Amino acid sequence: MKLEIQGVCAGYGGKTVLEDIRFTVPSGSITTLLGPNGCGKSTLLKVIGRTLKPFAGSVLLDGEPIGRRSTGELARVLAILPQLHHASGELSVEELTAFGRYPHRGFNPVLSPHDRATIDNALDMTRMTELRRRRISTLSGGERQRAWIAMTLAQEPKILLLDEPTTFLDICCQFEIIEMVRELNRKFGITVIMVLHDLNLAARCSNQLVLLKDRKVRYSGAPAEVMTAAVLRDVFEIEPEINTAADGTVYCLPVGSTRRRGDGNE
Amino acid sequence: MKAWEQLRTIPGRLMVLGAMGILLVVSMLLSLRFGSVALSQSEILKALFFGSEDIAGPIIRSIRLPRILLGAMVGAALAVSGAVLQGVMRNPLAAPGLIGVSSGGGLAGIVVLLALPQFAHLLVPAAFVGSLATALLVYGLAWKRGASPVRLVLAGVAVAAMLGAFSSAILLFNAEKAGSILDFTIGSLSARGWDQIEMVWAYLAGGLAAALLLSNKLNILALGDEVATGLGLRVERTRFLLIATAALLAAAAVSVAGLLGFVGLIAPHIVRILIGTDNRFLVPGSALFGAFMVVSCDTLGRLVMPPAELPVGIIMALLGPPFFLWLLRRNRYEA
Repeated sequence: MKLEIQGVCAGYGGKTVLEDIRFTVPSGSITTLLGPNGCGKSTLLKVIGRTLKPFAGSVLLDGEPIGRRSTGELARVLAILPQLHHASGELSVEELTAFGRYPHRGFNPVLSPHDRATIDNALDMTRMTELRRRRISTLSGGERQRAWIAMTLAQEPKILLLDEPTTFLDICCQFEIIEMVRELNRKFGITVIMVLHDLNLAARCSNQLVLLKDRKVRYSGAPAEVMTAAVLRDVFEIEPEINTAADGTVYCLPVGSTRRRGDGNE
Repeated sequence: MKAWEQLRTIPGRLMVLGAMGILLVVSMLLSLRFGSVALSQSEILKALFFGSEDIAGPIIRSIRLPRILLGAMVGAALAVSGAVLQGVMRNPLAAPGLIGVSSGGGLAGIVVLLALPQFAHLLVPAAFVGSLATALLVYGLAWKRGASPVRLVLAGVAVAAMLGAFSSAILLFNAEKAGSILDFTIGSLSARGWDQIEMVWAYLAGGLAAALLLSNKLNILALGDEVATGLGLRVERTRFLLIATAALLAAAAVSVAGLLGFVGLIAPHIVRILIGTDNRFLVPGSALFGAFMVVSCDTLGRLVMPPAELPVGIIMALLGPPFFLWLLRRNRYEA
């Protein structure tokens, strides 16, 4: 499913965090939102996921504003994994995953064979089958994140929104999550929009990078187009060395900060 | 620990619910038997099923039976109200007695009874309006980009203290009309009968049914607002319905038993320690255990120093905490 962000302005209370945001997320692509802390990446993801109403502008899902669909209807095509999520630690992985079936089940308290198959599938794709009876509280950070992703997959989404899915994870777990996201994208054509902090991870897995700064989209395009020294200097105030890895993806190595003392915006 | 783990499976939880049901029935039977006048089994049976006209008949049918049923209803209502509030406010200290929901209902009820006695039949709806307004006020006061648990309790305690002071002042100045002030402020079932049951049963039944129907949504709400929205739950609407349900239950209870505290806070926690946080089990479990707590404490209150009786609120505050602390210590329980 294609998503179009059209002139979105949003914020909290009277404070504007995003101004006139416009870009398109092609169906079946991976788009990553990047930018310095406080630039509105998570806010934008909330607007796309309809958990925050924009002041102006709209998000179109296959040409139709998301506000026109009921929240239950949206939940059957669009799944969200926020940055902060809390579950009672005593839920088992399987029970957490089963919540993903809620938008399809409504009042019916009994899981249908299709529900069960979808849950099994979601656990399988996130490699949580072995851990399905474990309590959330006993899992490591990476396993916990995979359990939550299993829940979103049980929703059978066409679009998946992930807010910093790799934060707090060690480098191996970060890769594991990112590879999993790519696999879901390739195998099932799920459109992914996520917020990441790691530029190299983002460049490696995304079709499109959207760089936000000062409430606006500053640059957007394929990783090779936007991962340039000039762009990174402008957006992140770093002095980067840009290189190309053996497999053709660009990566950057920050070698200095260009932010002058007293110049920072935090 | 293994045995405790077993309780968290679905059959285990159902077994615990069954055991609580049995406990409740036994406590109700014992309560029929014991009181300031001791009665034998045969007298009780005759009174219940054959309408005997000796001394036991009226005692059982018009004093003990309604009082026991009312105690069970009040206990169930307060415990479920507490379980729902704790879930919806994501706060282990949210309980109708603690965050002002009971006091709000109580104040509204007192005003109706003293100032507008011609509307006494609307006592429960009036108390409901008071409870709901208080719950929403407290929630609104605590809201600042999400209701933080600490602000929620602080706002609740402050509002509860103010409303309680209003109630006490009104009652003091109208002591001769109000009857026993003490009864109201600590909670009592003394001298309650079929009239009170008739007044509240429909509200209680409605509230309990709503809590059961909403219990799965409460589970989803517990995952956080964003996740719940992502799963297609209309978060604000669901939250309002849940708060209204909790307010209705607390209001019905306060209308007949006064500010009976403690059961709404502790019963859900005890049930949670035993069978976990799944609200589909927690809600019925709290109902059963809350009913058991009130019925058995009320019976004890009648037995300690007959013919005088101690109000159920005092007995509950004396016996509940040690038991609760014991459970708390023996499980690594995180609310």
